[in-house]
Amino acid sequence: MTPPANSVSLPNDIDKELTTIADRYTHRRSAILPMLHLVQSYQGWVSPEGIEACARVLGISPAEVSGVSTFYTMYRRRPCGKHLIGVCTTSLCGMLGGDAVLQDLREYLSVDENGDSPDGMFTVEHIECQAACSQAPVVTIDWEFFQYMTPWRMHEVVADLRDGKEVKPDRGSTVRGFREVEKVLAGMELTEPTQPAVDDAMLAGLMVAKGKAKS
Amino acid sequence: MAAKRSSQKLRPIITEHWDDPNLFTLAGYQKVGGYKALKAALKKTPDQVIELVKASGLRGRGGAGFPTGMKWGFVPKKGDKPRYLVVNADESEPGACKDVPLMLADPHLLVEGVIITSYAIEAKEAFIYIRGEVPEAVRRVSWAVKEAREAGLIGRNVAGSDYSLEVTVHAGAGAYICGEETALLDSLEGFRGQPRLKPPFPAVAGLYAAPTVINNVETIANVPFIVTNGAEWFRGYGTEKSPGFKLWAVSGHVERPGIYEAPFGITMRELLDYAGGVRYGRDVKFWIPGGSSVPMLTAEHLDIPLTYEDLAAAGTMLGTGTPMVFDTTTSVVKAVTRWLEFYKHESCGKCTPCREGTYWVVDILQRFEQGDGKKTELKLLDDLSNQIEGRSFCALGDAAATPFPAAMKYFADEFDLATKTPVDKTFDPAATMLKSPVAV
Amino acid sequence: MTVRASVDGIDVVVPEGTLIIRAAETLGTFIPRFCDHPLLDPVAACRMCLVEIEGMPKPQASCAVTLTEGMKVRTQMTSQVAEQAQAGVMEFLLINHPLDCPVCDKGGECPLQNQAMTAGRPDSRFGGPKREFPKPLAISTEILLDRERCVSCARCTRFSEQVAGDPFIDLLERGSDQQVGIAHDEPFNSYFSGNTIQICPVGALTSTSYRFRSRPFDLVSVKTTCEHCASGCALRTDYRRDFVMRRLAWEDPAVNEDWNCDKGRFAFTYMRHGRLSAPLVRGSDGVLHEVSWSEAIAFAAKGLSALSPSVAALLGGRLTNEDAYSFAKFTRLVLQSDNIDFRNRPSSGEEADFLAHHVAGTGLVVTYEDLENAPIVLLVSLEPEEESPIIFLRLRKAYRKSGLKVAVIGPLLTRGLRKLGAQLLSTVAGGEAATIDSLLAGDLRGSQSVLTALKKKGAVILVGERAASSAGAYSASIDLANETGAKLAWVPRRAGERGALDAGALAGLLPGGRLMADAAARADVARVWGVEPSDLAVRRGKPQEKILREISEGKIDALITAGLQISDAPDVDTFKQALSEAKFIVSFEQRLSDVSSYAHVILPVASVIEKGGSFTDWEGRVRHFNRALNDSPAVSDSTVLGMLAKEMGAPNTGWRIDEVQYEMAKLLGEGPTGTKKEFKRAGAPTIEAADVKAPPSGSAVLSTWHQLLDLGVMQGPEEHLAGTRRPSQVIISPGRAKQLGVATGDLVTVSTVNGVVTLPVEIDEIHEDSVWLPMNSPGSQVLVTLKAREGATVKVAKA
Ligand SMILES: Cc1cc2nc3c(=O)[nH]c(=O)nc-3n(C[C@H](O)[C@H](O)[C@H](O)COP(=O)(O)O)c2cc1C
Ligand code: SF4
Ligand code: SF4
Ligand code: SF4
Ligand code: FES
Repeated sequence: MTPPANSVSLPNDIDKELTTIADRYTHRRSAILPMLHLVQSYQGWVSPEGIEACARVLGISPAEVSGVSTFYTMYRRRPCGKHLIGVCTTSLCGMLGGDAVLQDLREYLSVDENGDSPDGMFTVEHIECQAACSQAPVVTIDWEFFQYMTPWRMHEVVADLRDGKEVKPDRGSTVRGFREVEKVLAGMELTEPTQPAVDDAMLAGLMVAKGKAKS
Repeated sequence: MAAKRSSQKLRPIITEHWDDPNLFTLAGYQKVGGYKALKAALKKTPDQVIELVKASGLRGRGGAGFPTGMKWGFVPKKGDKPRYLVVNADESEPGACKDVPLMLADPHLLVEGVIITSYAIEAKEAFIYIRGEVPEAVRRVSWAVKEAREAGLIGRNVAGSDYSLEVTVHAGAGAYICGEETALLDSLEGFRGQPRLKPPFPAVAGLYAAPTVINNVETIANVPFIVTNGAEWFRGYGTEKSPGFKLWAVSGHVERPGIYEAPFGITMRELLDYAGGVRYGRDVKFWIPGGSSVPMLTAEHLDIPLTYEDLAAAGTMLGTGTPMVFDTTTSVVKAVTRWLEFYKHESCGKCTPCREGTYWVVDILQRFEQGDGKKTELKLLDDLSNQIEGRSFCALGDAAATPFPAAMKYFADEFDLATKTPVDKTFDPAATMLKSPVAV
Repeated sequence: MTVRASVDGIDVVVPEGTLIIRAAETLGTFIPRFCDHPLLDPVAACRMCLVEIEGMPKPQASCAVTLTEGMKVRTQMTSQVAEQAQAGVMEFLLINHPLDCPVCDKGGECPLQNQAMTAGRPDSRFGGPKREFPKPLAISTEILLDRERCVSCARCTRFSEQVAGDPFIDLLERGSDQQVGIAHDEPFNSYFSGNTIQICPVGALTSTSYRFRSRPFDLVSVKTTCEHCASGCALRTDYRRDFVMRRLAWEDPAVNEDWNCDKGRFAFTYMRHGRLSAPLVRGSDGVLHEVSWSEAIAFAAKGLSALSPSVAALLGGRLTNEDAYSFAKFTRLVLQSDNIDFRNRPSSGEEADFLAHHVAGTGLVVTYEDLENAPIVLLVSLEPEEESPIIFLRLRKAYRKSGLKVAVIGPLLTRGLRKLGAQLLSTVAGGEAATIDSLLAGDLRGSQSVLTALKKKGAVILVGERAASSAGAYSASIDLANETGAKLAWVPRRAGERGALDAGALAGLLPGGRLMADAAARADVARVWGVEPSDLAVRRGKPQEKILREISEGKIDALITAGLQISDAPDVDTFKQALSEAKFIVSFEQRLSDVSSYAHVILPVASVIEKGGSFTDWEGRVRHFNRALNDSPAVSDSTVLGMLAKEMGAPNTGWRIDEVQYEMAKLLGEGPTGTKKEFKRAGAPTIEAADVKAPPSGSAVLSTWHQLLDLGVMQGPEEHLAGTRRPSQVIISPGRAKQLGVATGDLVTVSTVNGVVTLPVEIDEIHEDSVWLPMNSPGSQVLVTLKAREGATVKVAKA
């Protein structure tokens, strides 16, 4: 398999970085998921090159690494756009508007059959339940969380991202790009949260109990 | 205390301080009494902590409701193998939305619970396995662990005691099945996340073939409260068989979806009430008490107390205790089809009934959704559910076999209709959609 | 400990830990299954074997549940629950299965097809689209995968990982997309890959060489013994008319269990390529001419009679026991000579003494089972995966199941040795004896646990034939065994060597390890041969190396060769010199060889499938096999020797296979007529450990052995198999790599005054003073090119 044209190669010292992840675990093979996340943080997908690097560092076969990487949906088979937009369409989200958001977004961004927008900026896909059903329909951008999504809000968010504006998800950190967030999942980036990540749904009961519920 | 039980409804305990803007920091958590339970626990022997949790009657919040203290008690304390605690923070069950909020709002509560639990089972290493799709939870829990380590609460000599503990935060990569505890262990060991054969059970041979306790996030979060307030206090909430309180995460067609903390025994009608009722004053068509893996109920079941025992008697299960509510605009055929698509997508592929069964059932259901089902296929779907249920390798297969028979029990007509009419013709998709509270 | 329980109402008493599926088998009840395999860890994935157990709410996988006291199990024979559960699983398995049976290799012997007949429905209720894959996927040059046929039983992947230790295939993807596969471009090059075809319960895995070539019901199966190596695999040879179509492993729990290696499985077509159909005699024109058998025999007999007893017999190490025995007898009785050697490879006098003292005619001393139960197995001059693959598999099984400790005296931990978790006692080739000495003296770093384990009951030392190139290694091994109480066994590489040794095809040794020099032993042999002791040759003969020298010196005039390759000999030039100077050469061959151009008579003989016989594996276990191709006109070496004997006026009975086997049984103590008498044995060799000196700078000590798949002539025409060979590489240490300034993959030369081998380099933790080359692989034919044997000092340089 030859890597697609838009694939960048891994840094020369990738083995060293992968080794630091493996060294975190007494049983080194446990590091495979974060290692694959690290590969994605460089390439936006898990390339054959990345598979070989993980196999080399862990002393297992590339087939074993492939077996693992193809099992998990977050590992991509092709390079991902700058931003990965996932629209949840499992029952509740789908019916509460996820279906409509997804269909609209695909058209709005003119994505191809792989979900890529022509400018390579976005990759759009449907995702399964994010376990945030109380905020359905849920959308994630680079796995940052957006709640109660509608087609028109989606357009705004996408436009802001295109314009390079800061886009804040409904919980937590600024949207920075698919590869950046993969660093967090690889455990290679630890930043201090500065704001609470609490939203209305989380406080719903508390507010009622305190007699402060919004109607 | 017992006498007050029936009058207790909403009772924020875990969620009490979630509106405190500093709660997510170590200082903020300590300000509301955080890490006092740890110090109290360290004054007890590990076995005393186990006895305490046993006495509290705490049951696992991951879905199966297994008594937590008993689970800890299964771990052999002799032998040269290390012991591990693994926290199941893979929350992915459709409907469940409580563990991620807990980690975001109050990460130190989880960390404190982890340290106490590890101490009780005498583990030197704990892992928190967080589903990969929530980097924000990974960030916050990782940071909390770092803060706790720097404060001497994790690492060598926890809080100045003889006890030492390492805690590792580990991100998954997208697989619902990794919430199944043995699949989680395989995943954490760096393999494909497929469930393991039992026996051996994790308590005897779990992570790296060593004795391991696996607990849900919410389960662990209860532990500091039990240590602080005692088993009696805990048993003062809920019922004999379902003691304590629960993060009831209500989702679906309600006015104010979200987390409502209340003791076991509250009813769906009461929860609905707190949540502002079904939106637009519509009626409940069906609801599911604890994730898509448990059978649905209808409006006639709204007064069943939400306890393990009462729900079992009603032919369903408490599951994750996160009710989903669907109003009359909903197509049950579509809902069931989506769930099955979910299970097909998430089936790990290991065993035949689940792997092939979900493939087949989805093929049929998708045709029903298009109004292209055959009457004979209703019997077939029922057969197929029976061929999956109880014959699969793990509970995901059983879960996949749940939605269809349950839906047929109450809404056979709708499936009949779907042999002729596409469901979108019968139920206008736009009517089911949310009018976004934050819509522009 | 046993448990009592019931299956279908019938009481069973089985050992504790017995799986239900096995317990049912003992009652003759076959519970259908796909993923279950007795030699693989259970996964209970396919769910085909569901049974009902009283007191359990759900049906249980009988392949994963052990029978416990009082358990009441009901299988599909008596339980509707079980029957329905199985039928449901079968229905699911078939929905995505293509209707390929008529064109599928497995058709007619397919567990899915068969079980679909018993547990399946007559019609399909599935109306949707079946899963499709572009077909087929070549996962190696030898193995093809049709993914749509796969039932995800994970037998192949578990085999590769657990049994072979080669996880080059794995399950990929998830859910209904799950499939077996390789990593993009790393093929399934495992020496044991063929076993996956055999255990695949459907036709998802097929071999390039057999695909579409035959149907099982057109084949005749016979049980045979592999002729390649001394592991001794029982094989199933399937033939159609005159052609062997394929070979498989034949289940033999004592030896190869359910497995064999790819060489034994796929390398058999050599048997029909370039076969000689008639004897050849060199005419006065110096050219070989086809002649009749009677003419050839007369010519050969005349030539040999004229020069006897100044004659020698050199055998190639792959003869059957019966043929080797006949040569041993013919040489002593008809040629009146004791010049005979079966070791056409680097050998030594110390080795001959070792074999006479410790191995010849001793029968089963160390068995595969002993390896499995040993507390430690110490390997000396042996790389089991390359040189005796079934030993490797058995060691790996024990390593995985019971933590067998494997230690090795050699230059590096090879891939195979790593898969055994082996501990290396590192030495250059030639330093084996010195290493053993210091192990015994207790001053070898890190070896204390090895010595302690060797003193435990059941400990085993395996010494390979390469010890012949390391002075003192055999002697030291005997010392080590004596000092520690460990059992010591010898592992030759070729299938015929142990049998030839027992048969007496070595100078100084009569059948069964009897000494030529022992009058009682001679008399015993003479009695069985129906002659007087004085009818046997008297003068002690010479080993191969000396025989060749004596031919050149004019002391030996004539030569018989059988199944011999000059290029296998330690000194090719001397060999060729001797052949060109011999006055008369009779060559027994299946096809022309590098000896042919020197031979005066070439007598075509049968291949293993055209004759019955036996091989003796390294254990000393005699492995009989029957003739497969009954219609073949080809005759065995024994038969031809009988013709010669008759022509030369010697007793003409005792050369037919049944007669040979009768005599062998008498002399070797096997079978109903066997009587094994004890005779005087040869003394142990006492060669001192050689001094190991560091090689001069720029040089290294050569380590070399055969890779399992290499340029061996019997693998000749199998290109698909050849495609799975390991690459030819030279291995040097990181230190030397740095010195030479080379990185992995760079070309490096290894040279002697005679020649140069140039190969890509692999950098590994090999002994600092060592360099390793494959012995007979593409680009690296050590004996032919370098004319050096293991232990030689060679120059190593950047190319
Ligand atoms: C398919 C499947 C998915 C599951 N997902 C989760 C999960 O996301 N989180 C969780 O805590 N338990 C999950 N479980 C339950 C776990 O297997 C296990 O029972 C639980 O983690 C034990 O913790 P507890 O005793 O504290 O509830 C799942 C089970 C199955 C069969
Ligand atoms: S039921 Fe079987 S295929 Fe489904 S998730 Fe469990 S083990 Fe995997
Ligand atoms: S290829 Fe054959 S052996 Fe391998 S998993 Fe598929 S069916 Fe089983
Ligand atoms: S291991 Fe040896 S005996 Fe067995 S099949 Fe291979 S070559 Fe033949
Ligand atoms: S044979 Fe038992 S589950 Fe496959």
